[in-house]
Amino acid sequence: MAIIASLIGRRRQSFTEKLVQMPWGLVIVVTILCVIGLFMLYSAAAGNFDPWASKQLVRFAIGMVLMLGIATVPIRFWYRASYVIYALALILLVVVKFQGSIGMGAQRWLDFGFVRVQPSEIMKYALIMALARFFDQRGSDGASQWLALVIPLILLAAPVGLIAVQPDLGTAVILIMACGMIFFTIGISWWVLGGGILTLIAAAPLVWHYLHDYQKARVLVFLDSSRDPLGTGYNIIQSKIAIGSGGWTGKGFMQGTQSHLNFLPEKQTDFIFTMLGEEFGFLGAIFVLCLYGIVLLYGYRIVSRVASRYARIVAIGIIGFMFLSIFVNVGMVMGMIPAKGVPLPFLSYGGTSLVVTLCGMGLLMNLWIHRDARLGAGGVED
Amino acid sequence: MARNLSSILDTQKDQIFTRRRVLLGAAQAGLLVALGGRLFYLTVLQGKHYTTMAEENRSSLRLRLPQRGKIYDRNGEVLALNRQNFRILLVGEQAGDVNLALDSLSLLVEVSASDRERVLREVKQKRKFVPVVVRDDLNFDEVARVEINEPDLPGISIDSGQSRFYPNSLSFGHVLGYVGPLSEQERNDNAGDPLFELPDFRLGKNGIESHYEEELRGRPEIVQVEVNAVGRISRELSRNEGKTGDDLELSIDSGLQNFAMRRLGEESSSLVLMDVHSGEIQAMVSAPSFDPNGFTQGMKTETWADLRNNPKNPLTNKAIAGQYSPGSVFKMVTAMAGLNAGVINTSTTVHCNGSYTVGDSTFHCWSRKGHGWVGLDRALKESCDVYFYETIRRTGIDALAEMGRRFGIGEPLGVDLINEKPGLMPDKAWKLKTFGRPWLIGDSISCGIGQSYVQTTPLQLATMTARLVNGGKAVIPRVVRRVGGRLPEGMPHAPFDDLKFNPEHLQAVLRGMDAVVNQAGGTAYASRLNEGGWEMGGKTGSAQVRRITKQERARGIRPQQDLPWEERDNALFVAYAPLKRPQYACAVVVEHGMHGGWVAPIARDILLETLRRDQGFNIANDQPKVQGVKVLTPAAPASVMPQSPGGNASPDSDPLDSAPLDSAPGEAD
Repeated sequence: MAIIASLIGRRRQSFTEKLVQMPWGLVIVVTILCVIGLFMLYSAAAGNFDPWASKQLVRFAIGMVLMLGIATVPIRFWYRASYVIYALALILLVVVKFQGSIGMGAQRWLDFGFVRVQPSEIMKYALIMALARFFDQRGSDGASQWLALVIPLILLAAPVGLIAVQPDLGTAVILIMACGMIFFTIGISWWVLGGGILTLIAAAPLVWHYLHDYQKARVLVFLDSSRDPLGTGYNIIQSKIAIGSGGWTGKGFMQGTQSHLNFLPEKQTDFIFTMLGEEFGFLGAIFVLCLYGIVLLYGYRIVSRVASRYARIVAIGIIGFMFLSIFVNVGMVMGMIPAKGVPLPFLSYGGTSLVVTLCGMGLLMNLWIHRDARLGAGGVED
Repeated sequence: MARNLSSILDTQKDQIFTRRRVLLGAAQAGLLVALGGRLFYLTVLQGKHYTTMAEENRSSLRLRLPQRGKIYDRNGEVLALNRQNFRILLVGEQAGDVNLALDSLSLLVEVSASDRERVLREVKQKRKFVPVVVRDDLNFDEVARVEINEPDLPGISIDSGQSRFYPNSLSFGHVLGYVGPLSEQERNDNAGDPLFELPDFRLGKNGIESHYEEELRGRPEIVQVEVNAVGRISRELSRNEGKTGDDLELSIDSGLQNFAMRRLGEESSSLVLMDVHSGEIQAMVSAPSFDPNGFTQGMKTETWADLRNNPKNPLTNKAIAGQYSPGSVFKMVTAMAGLNAGVINTSTTVHCNGSYTVGDSTFHCWSRKGHGWVGLDRALKESCDVYFYETIRRTGIDALAEMGRRFGIGEPLGVDLINEKPGLMPDKAWKLKTFGRPWLIGDSISCGIGQSYVQTTPLQLATMTARLVNGGKAVIPRVVRRVGGRLPEGMPHAPFDDLKFNPEHLQAVLRGMDAVVNQAGGTAYASRLNEGGWEMGGKTGSAQVRRITKQERARGIRPQQDLPWEERDNALFVAYAPLKRPQYACAVVVEHGMHGGWVAPIARDILLETLRRDQGFNIANDQPKVQGVKVLTPAAPASVMPQSPGGNASPDSDPLDSAPLDSAPGEAD
């Protein structure tokens, strides 16, 4: 065993070896989640594959292929391409600002004719790869130095600014928080972290000033949900009713009254967890939450096992995005945090979200497959 | 060296990384558990609450108005029915530009400015797919015009609802009442009953429509439907079949009712005709009347103002809500009280010299020269006041009041109509309670001839007569025979309680009532019924509506015809027929009709008509019409004025059959 391990560490793995090394348990969990999502989309369309489940199935297939592809590409490639990918993503964000199509009142989409892409989704992974690359190189002289802080903050601020003006404040906040997790884990001192948080709090009034009315309304309604029971608060109230009425075991597949009678808006995207709760109850919903927990556990196992700093940081970032998406979405539909349109990973209908999330999973698997590879400052070989 | 240093640093960093990683993982795990906890709270702990809310969300009750029961007369003639009411509906969602739709519609049918304003307002208020009524009560011509053009009128459609219609409207307004939309009060009283929230729901407002509201209403069809978030119906969850309201069969004979209505004409008057054994009312008329269709179909403001301001009170059913001093028709009660108390008997005689003095008060007989020695028969026949002054003085007020109540005076009889008034049967306790003053003998004297405090409704007078002639049974009048084919619940019916009168006393009084009509010199002899072998008995009455002062009496009493209308005496007449085997009792009151003898022909005509219509009384088919019937053509409306009904309506006795008082009852001590 030790010999094999050392062999893997030293020389290039064959594609077959990489397949063997794939964390298949994670693949299975992800597949189960996606299949549950397909069932929910089938139910959301009142027992039809169209318009959602069929398209999502295609994206699922594309996403799985991409996932496996990304997982098996040599990690060195990703390591070297990190900055390039970041730059491309940044360019796409700029383009979307001027060319993008408007959906739900914000410019988020780029239409390439055959596919519509949300550059902010791509930026998530581009940003953590760039940060990982940076911190990896600066590994020895440490992140405690000021320059080592300023550059990552610029890397972060550029996309956050572009996304915030789309406006897509939610994604911007998620980006900041995921990067915060990275900063936290690589060992930025508590003082700096505390200072950063204080700065954000101090900036809150300024941010409030620039918020759109609908965004202000969401925050206000969260603070007092009876404020506007038929407006912004309506969705949350109806969502809570739907989940709550599911009870222990739910109303049964395709039997959810709240979702099928359209009391739930956007049931196929942001409120798909609500539908799940209504139709499969506490047990069904907790089962899905547990699956997410398994995905995150896999992530932490990978974090603790990979040899390179780059890999660790990327893994922390992927886990961070995964966790934040789950928490914000599920917390929102259960009325714990302000309403924000964040898709639920694997389950929500939406091309970019599913494909990009699966790509992220591919990257995570890549880190596992190449867990012994040494990169950048930590080692010259792979 | 550098390499060594960096690896030391790396090791340090790795330690930090491991620590921080664990912290981060723990924080994330904690938040995930919080999500699970929240999920548990919502689904398991609050599940019931949210399940209820989800049910309320999705289900909605739809009610279909039940068909209101129809009302028929005793011969099956329909008196109240539900008519198809065509109306124009507009659905905002389909119409697009509502103003434009109304413009094109107004080319076909009239759409008033106020209708337009209301429609625009309602379209804005209601959900887009909820229809709004543009016009109500379309005629067939209008329906056809709109229907033909419907393809060019998007969002506009013809719909039919039900509206109440009274075909025989002019003589049944008071008895039937009418239906109308809810008042604020009625809405509040019935809050929670979804039926009352239907915009088309109409509630019985008067008469039978109100008294039998619950029976007529029926039960709505209740359909529980599933609705989606915008209120569209997706499917039916449960259905509770409704029930059509019960049909009513009245005891009233429509032909007789119309006859009575025409016979009363324009006088402010009322009439009740009832079966003395069953209590069934066959005619109940209050004139002038109103058209109940005006209330269901909308009434012009002027019409409404006329109805309200008319001094003859057309909106009041005087047969049950008019309270009058009965005057001399009350003398039967006084006689029965005296006989019952044993203070008079059939051979008792009293000397009448035209006045009667008690203490220092003088009470006059209508006959100034007096009747001489009179017994009970002649006292009733000629309506001698002095005889009854003496009788009541001997009997006392409390015994009279007790007798009055046995005849149904002083309390509502419980007829199945709303707003029946109690009348008033005074006694000592009543006066003390009401005025705080003791009863005086002078009060009794006036009450003995049905003046002073005594008040009766025409219905009570008819019932009193019925109880006299049916052998002393406590008959209760009613207007509804059958509800949905069954006897009406809660309405007493034959056999009625025995009032325990002495049959000899009854016979003595009936002899007097016979004499009033059938003996020369009786106050209604001119109006006697003598046709087809039938005769009737009766009693005249006239009651002052104002006091005659001493000065006026000294100057000489002016003839009633010379007084202003509202100062003339009320005229009353009660009668029964046939004389030998009484079946029907009738009471007629004509306000300011001056003398009972003058309204007697009305009672005679209606009794005759009743007997003719009654198959139980075999009569020849070719009966010659009496004069009273002949004048009932529209060209010559009947009147109770002595000059118009023809010679035989003119009384042959002095019209002043009342007891003129020198002073107020309270002062006559």
